[in-house]
Amino acid sequence: MEHIRNFCIIAHIDHGKSTLADRLLEYTNTVSKRDLQAQVLDDMDLERERGITIKSHAIQMDYELDGKRYVLNLIDTPGHVDFSYEVSRSIAACEGALLIVDAAQGIQAQTISNLYLALENDLEIIPILNKIDLPSAEPELVKDQIVDLLGCKREDIIPASGKTGMGVFDILRAIIDRIPHPQGDAEAPLKALIFDSVFNSFRGIIAYYKVLEGEIRKGDHVKFVATGADYHADEIGILRLDKSPRDVVKTGDVGYIISGIKNAREVKVGDTITQVGRPCLNAVAGFEDVKPMVFAGIYPVDTDEYEELRTSIEKLQLNDASLVFEPESSAALGFGFRCGFLGMLHMEIIQERLEREFDMTVITTVPNVSYFAYLTNGESFVVNNPSDFPDPSKLDRIEEPYIKATIITKAEFVGSVMGLCIGKRGEIVNQSYLTTDRVELIFNMPLAEIVFDFYDKLKSISKGYASFDYHQIGYRASDLVRLDIRLNSEPVDALSALIHRDHAYTFGKKICEKLKELITRQQFEIVIQAAIGAKIIARETVKALRKDVTAKCYGGDISRKRKLLEKQKEGKKRMRQVGSVEIPQQAFLAVLKLD
Amino acid sequence: MAGIYLHIPFCRKACHYCDFHFSTSLEKREQVLQMMQRELEQRSGFFKGVAVSSVYFGGGTPSLLSGAELGQLMELVRKNYAIQNDAEVTLEANPDDLNPEYLAMLSQSGVNRLSIGVQSFRSEDLAAMNRAHSAEQALSCISDAGDAGFSNISIDLMFGWPGLSMEAWKDNVKQALDLPITHLSCYGLTVEERTALTRKIAAGEIETPDDALAAEQYLWLLESAETSGIPWYEISNFCREGFASRHNTSYWTSEPYLGIGPSAHSFNGVERSWNVSSNSAYVQGWERGFRAAETETASEPERINEYILTGLRMRRGLDLSTLKSAFGPIVHDGVLKRAGEYIDSGALLHHQSRLAFTTRGLLFADRITAELFSDPV
Repeated sequence: MEHIRNFCIIAHIDHGKSTLADRLLEYTNTVSKRDLQAQVLDDMDLERERGITIKSHAIQMDYELDGKRYVLNLIDTPGHVDFSYEVSRSIAACEGALLIVDAAQGIQAQTISNLYLALENDLEIIPILNKIDLPSAEPELVKDQIVDLLGCKREDIIPASGKTGMGVFDILRAIIDRIPHPQGDAEAPLKALIFDSVFNSFRGIIAYYKVLEGEIRKGDHVKFVATGADYHADEIGILRLDKSPRDVVKTGDVGYIISGIKNAREVKVGDTITQVGRPCLNAVAGFEDVKPMVFAGIYPVDTDEYEELRTSIEKLQLNDASLVFEPESSAALGFGFRCGFLGMLHMEIIQERLEREFDMTVITTVPNVSYFAYLTNGESFVVNNPSDFPDPSKLDRIEEPYIKATIITKAEFVGSVMGLCIGKRGEIVNQSYLTTDRVELIFNMPLAEIVFDFYDKLKSISKGYASFDYHQIGYRASDLVRLDIRLNSEPVDALSALIHRDHAYTFGKKICEKLKELITRQQFEIVIQAAIGAKIIARETVKALRKDVTAKCYGGDISRKRKLLEKQKEGKKRMRQVGSVEIPQQAFLAVLKLD
Repeated sequence: MAGIYLHIPFCRKACHYCDFHFSTSLEKREQVLQMMQRELEQRSGFFKGVAVSSVYFGGGTPSLLSGAELGQLMELVRKNYAIQNDAEVTLEANPDDLNPEYLAMLSQSGVNRLSIGVQSFRSEDLAAMNRAHSAEQALSCISDAGDAGFSNISIDLMFGWPGLSMEAWKDNVKQALDLPITHLSCYGLTVEERTALTRKIAAGEIETPDDALAAEQYLWLLESAETSGIPWYEISNFCREGFASRHNTSYWTSEPYLGIGPSAHSFNGVERSWNVSSNSAYVQGWERGFRAAETETASEPERINEYILTGLRMRRGLDLSTLKSAFGPIVHDGVLKRAGEYIDSGALLHHQSRLAFTTRGLLFADRITAELFSDPV
């Protein structure tokens, strides 16, 4: 156990986590430089394109220092607030963390919240100043920030560059010297923490765990405490670049287990693995069932593809247990599914995966959070869909989820960030200067306001110099109304949104304008209206298209024109006819793109 | 049938709506023309012996060419290609260039068809379009051309121009139909990106075109041209019997054509290629002995779509029996099936193994054409 080091990396997106991780793999000869794809740890295409790690992974490295051989387990963590629970479980599996800070950009909100998580778990923090070779680097200033934040010594901070490889050997030494080895009773009954799982289409679900006490052997009869299910450990092993089977994984080490599990829901991050014959007394603390925060309807563009969509979502759920869904129907869109997501990014990823991996063309409706409705007759229920919003005459009150939002930004953007948050019904809780130029702002805000376009706006008003993190803090009563959209007098339920009464007029006006922009002209006039109950609060008109014919089509125009019309035909497949009106796919998410 | 297109990429003045390739700097004129001569020589094997039935000088402004320049190009065309004796030789011209001496020179050079960019007979429109000529020149050049012996004259008119009322359009069309012309091209204004027009509309200097009015103008044109004996034969083209543009018809009937000069497109029956849209890049290429161009070979579904697209532009319509023999019965049946709803609604006419737009269908030709396209495999 003395030779094992378990650590994770805490970093803001783009601060160079993946590149530095690649360097560690390269310098410990875990992978050859030649095999090193740009970012080894992110193996989904989607992840590589978005440059973020969606699902965490783990990898084991061997390293010899001062004549001793060490095993280093790097546990990768997702970098987005949508996946904060997974981050917390990964952190719980480590004894140390590399805190990577971009020497040009300084510390960001999400880094801080993950750092606090690491400190709560008593992790040893190794601060690393990355991208030191950038011309815009301000190493001394950022070192000040790190010293302020950690209370460490300046010389504890390791200057590094993932790009050139500078500092990588210092980091490896620090991991061995500074991070304590894992501890745990090797003789005790098996107690292992599941910190991640992946789906493999041949092997089923592969669970990743850290053995806290005891050991796990191939063929063991094991039990997952939270789900209560038991399995045979068909294969266990450690995680190199690929899976490397072993007969035993001992206390303190990180490994995987394959036991023929087909459904991701059976493997919950945070659950405990123990032996059926000799169970541990207590499960690992901190297990939570992950709850979806954002709900939206997913409908096939082509109504015939409903069953196919169901199969696709079910398959997706096999490897993404945080996705929940149930069938629903919409007057406008027919049959589809109400899905629950961890956050907006998660929602976008699901939509993209449905399109890419399952070749489904889907419409995602206006997302909303989960509300509690209390009726005057004493009944209460959860509202996950605007169409479940009760008749206002029977409504006693409706409560919406609130969050505590932490934003770190440059001092010059404090005014605009405050303006944005207050405009989003935020209440300032605290404002503190981390350094002379960096301010931390804390707001209590309705979660629903974050769901829409908050994050993009925050980035744009702060020119990218604001970072954001949030935690749910309970429910509060709010004056909410349901805003309906009608196209040529037909209500389109999929476009309805629950919104605070004070914002309804502005919102209604903007959404009508946006829809006017997105709905292509058709051979008749289209009237777009926003309404609360029977009252129309905004109106726009899409004029009828009177002609659609290219004037000139000579030698040079033919292939260009052909491509244009092919694209047009393709685009039409992504439209959904509601009543007589054809609505493009992206119009259903128009509310997310309001200015 | 086969045609040669020569692109003369210069203009004295830029028309506000134009997005064709041209330069108002005449600096490179000599070099460009020299390289066009080289291109004519280098690509002489293009038609593989097929006789050339049309030569077309387009632009830009081909009427900027001097007699010597035109003569040299014509000489090389004749020397390097098998030009039919009765070949149609068209030159696009601006009215202000067509003085009697120039017309005489054109006739001597072998030009036997003029395509004159009149656009409008109203000076306010011409000024707003930034055209170089006056309304008077538009009229006088046509009679001068007749005097110079030209009997095959086409003029261009534009409708849908902001500020062009229905009455003004009717006047324009009536004037045109009274002239001794054989051919008329009428283009509905298209606001192309990256033109002065787009900027001026955005800046509020020119009002946004009204497409309802443009549609009305087009329908009126179709009707009055028909009664005047110059019926439409292609979406934007009208002619007296026997005077369809032979050169342009080759574009709509998948005949081969060779494009010479910057930005000119060629089609050899299999692949399409286009010269670089830059006078200097064009010159530099040929100076180093190569043709700066891009080539594209259409896949079968793309060729089917081009066949549908071009076929439907013509009044005689898409030839379904050729479609069937060239691409097979499945393709043929698919097109006919997708055409069903438009035949039922009266937008398309299915007659004698041809599919053609009705007047009503013409207004929405683009979206109907797209619907008939083959589904990607």
